[in-house]
Amino acid sequence: MATEILMPALSPTMEEGTLAKWLVKEGDTVSSGDIMAEIETDKATMEFEAVDEGIVGKILIAEGTEGVKVNTPIAILVEEGEEVGDVSATPAPAAEAPAAEAPAPTAVAAAPAAPQVDLTPDWPEGTAMKEQTVREALRDAMAEEMRADDTVFLMGEEVAEYQGAYKVSQGLLDEFGAKRVIDTPITEHGFAGIGVGAAFGGLRPIVEFMTFNFAMQAIDQIINSAAKTLYMSGGQMGAPMVFRGPNGAAARVGAQHSQDYAAWYMQVPGLKVVMPYSASDAKGLMKTAIRDPNPVIFLENEILYGRTFDVPDMDDFTVPFGKARIWREGDDVTIVSFGIGMQYALEAADKLAEDGISAEVIDLRTLRPMDTSTILNSVMKTNRCVTVEEGWPQGSVGNYISSVIMQQAFDYLDAPVINCTGKDVPMPYAANLEKHALITTAEVIEAVKQVTYR
Amino acid sequence: MAARKAASKPNVSAEELKGYYRDMLLIRRFEEKAGQLYGMGLIGGFCHLYIGQEAVVVGLEAAAEEGDKRITSYRDHGHMLACGMDPNGVMAELTGREGGYSKGKGGSMHMFSKEKHFYGGHGIVAAQVPLGAGLAFADKYLENGRVTFTYFGDGAANQGQVYESYNMAELWDLPVVFVIENNQYAMGTSTKRSTKSPSYWERGAAYGIPGEEVDGMDVLAVKAAGEKAVAHCRAGKGPYILEIKTYRYRGHSMSDPAKYRTREEVQKMRDERDPIEAVRSMLLTGKHASEDDLKAIDKEIKEIVNASAEFAKESPEPHLDELWTDIYADAAPQNA
Ligand SMILES: Cc1ncc(C[n+]2csc(CCOP(=O)(O)OP(=O)(O)O)c2C)c(N)n1
Ligand SMILES: [Mg+2]
Repeated sequence: MATEILMPALSPTMEEGTLAKWLVKEGDTVSSGDIMAEIETDKATMEFEAVDEGIVGKILIAEGTEGVKVNTPIAILVEEGEEVGDVSATPAPAAEAPAAEAPAPTAVAAAPAAPQVDLTPDWPEGTAMKEQTVREALRDAMAEEMRADDTVFLMGEEVAEYQGAYKVSQGLLDEFGAKRVIDTPITEHGFAGIGVGAAFGGLRPIVEFMTFNFAMQAIDQIINSAAKTLYMSGGQMGAPMVFRGPNGAAARVGAQHSQDYAAWYMQVPGLKVVMPYSASDAKGLMKTAIRDPNPVIFLENEILYGRTFDVPDMDDFTVPFGKARIWREGDDVTIVSFGIGMQYALEAADKLAEDGISAEVIDLRTLRPMDTSTILNSVMKTNRCVTVEEGWPQGSVGNYISSVIMQQAFDYLDAPVINCTGKDVPMPYAANLEKHALITTAEVIEAVKQVTYR
Repeated sequence: MAARKAASKPNVSAEELKGYYRDMLLIRRFEEKAGQLYGMGLIGGFCHLYIGQEAVVVGLEAAAEEGDKRITSYRDHGHMLACGMDPNGVMAELTGREGGYSKGKGGSMHMFSKEKHFYGGHGIVAAQVPLGAGLAFADKYLENGRVTFTYFGDGAANQGQVYESYNMAELWDLPVVFVIENNQYAMGTSTKRSTKSPSYWERGAAYGIPGEEVDGMDVLAVKAAGEKAVAHCRAGKGPYILEIKTYRYRGHSMSDPAKYRTREEVQKMRDERDPIEAVRSMLLTGKHASEDDLKAIDKEIKEIVNASAEFAKESPEPHLDELWTDIYADAAPQNA
């Protein structure tokens, strides 16, 4: 049967091209792989090979023709003894793909009702409490989950014999052995990838980065492999795992060891992002992170490791993702923060109270999913908001919160939202400069005074 | 330690040989069809064909057992067909349709099959290498006796993560076969222009990993080497490297002006080293199959491939709601 040869698409963007030159003529016999023509695309001149065998019955488009649309018949191939007229009616070229309907932008209600907020307490009333550092809380969380699930293991640099560069994994090697608490070479990209592969293969890895600064070596595996595979596989397989380690500035470690990555990871669909402040949240959220069937970025903080907090003394204490914690209720302004930013937020609220300003302080705890309901609900009451974080200003977590408030509670605002952030500079080494580069309590107080017009 | 000489050819039955012929032909015809559909605008974006390299995956799959895993790069269609994935599902993923292995959301470079232990399809050069070592890590941890075939190209072989993976794989005796598909080019860069130590398998020696070079145009040589590598892994001796010398006939992707090599070079390979022709003549000269037997196989393959193209055209585009699914897994563990 005669077949039509169609103008081929030779690049992802080609819609038409020039039939530069025919290398066969009518009557020639061609077989699969023979070059038939040269075609100029938007990118290059390419040779066009025959796929089928046959005799060139008729050339339909002369060489030199420009603007030949993809899928236009350019020649007819016949079998021996066949006439060109035998060509069967070709089906119409593939119909234009129906334009995908873009999802309509979320309608913006003028004055939305107050959103639903989950107000259940994190632990039952009357629960006994014990004092613990954030470091101990994290260790206990990992140990409890490793006892409960054999597939949970910890890998990273110095996590085993050295007991953790910041002693977070203290005692884990003794209890769980070298099969489950694994020292890796200094190869972040490699071991992050091995962790993701192990998660694909049925385990629940906890991958420790000595600090998140070094996770930049591995960010391709975190985002391209861990975060996207569930989607790319149509839901068949994903990476249930935790990437954890200290994030943000420590003290006097300079530009390459002081970055806050909260806003970076928060941007990625497929990741969950946790950044706790207190020891109880560190514990409860770590246990939730290990059980979560998705890749979780768990951003700890070196300065907070040694801080002591009350932690509920329970057999199995967990904190759900996507639920903020209101540390302090207030009426005049909402201060939203997370991680070490909470330290400045709470200090500022104490001082503001002395000046008669009542601040409500919200700890987001998880950045993705983010409990925007609690923020909106609070802003609808206080009509003012200040966000606090250590990271850089452009594309900050606070920027995102501001846009959510603007889109969903615009009519409630009595002042523009102010984002208190770290300064827009790499972290300096000099002690005095470092102090200025970081966010300060004084700046938070100043921002609150601005939005409350005091 | 490192064995230079490839193992001698194994004895295979006429049936097995015919099976390899069939499996290689399926890949070739499928890829030709994919090329056609691309030309018609039904497949978009990048589409990397496997034509010329068929003996690599068919030979290694012949050495694999049920439950063994495989992971590779974006040049993945052949691997999927060779491990038994359904041509319809693969082709429909290429056309971005609901019936594709990833519901049309992955595309040519990102396909997966949990059922066939195929872990993708990865678009970032060499990213699959630590992932494959990680799959092997899980197998060792779970003590299930499985082996993972981790495929990567000669270009990928220069990435740093490969050597991080070699080191850890040997350090921890992971049951992984690192398969370097050396097709002599990384896009337009020949191996001569990317390294002065072109014997990739020898690099394993620096980490204590044995390996060998294999003729990738000879399916029986590949199978023999695969069996040796798998036996090494299953014996708990750690990883093994196979550098398989092969050749891709088509461009790197669909839009490759192919100016970095001559037509004669490609034609010479096709004429003298074609892996499918080699098996075909083995079957005929050894009188293991008649011309008619082979014609029947050709016909069967043509029907399978045409049916896959029909399926891939008929399968509807994914529902718009799919945009928002599979971003997060539900509480039920994915990999339980
Ligand atoms: C990290 C990264 N860098 C560059 C690319 C672009 N790229 C895609 S394929 C390729 C060549 C790889 O060649 P090779 O590893 O030999 O595999 P082959 O295509 O020959 O199978 C390049 C540079 C990429 N996808 N990822
Ligand atoms: Mg290559």
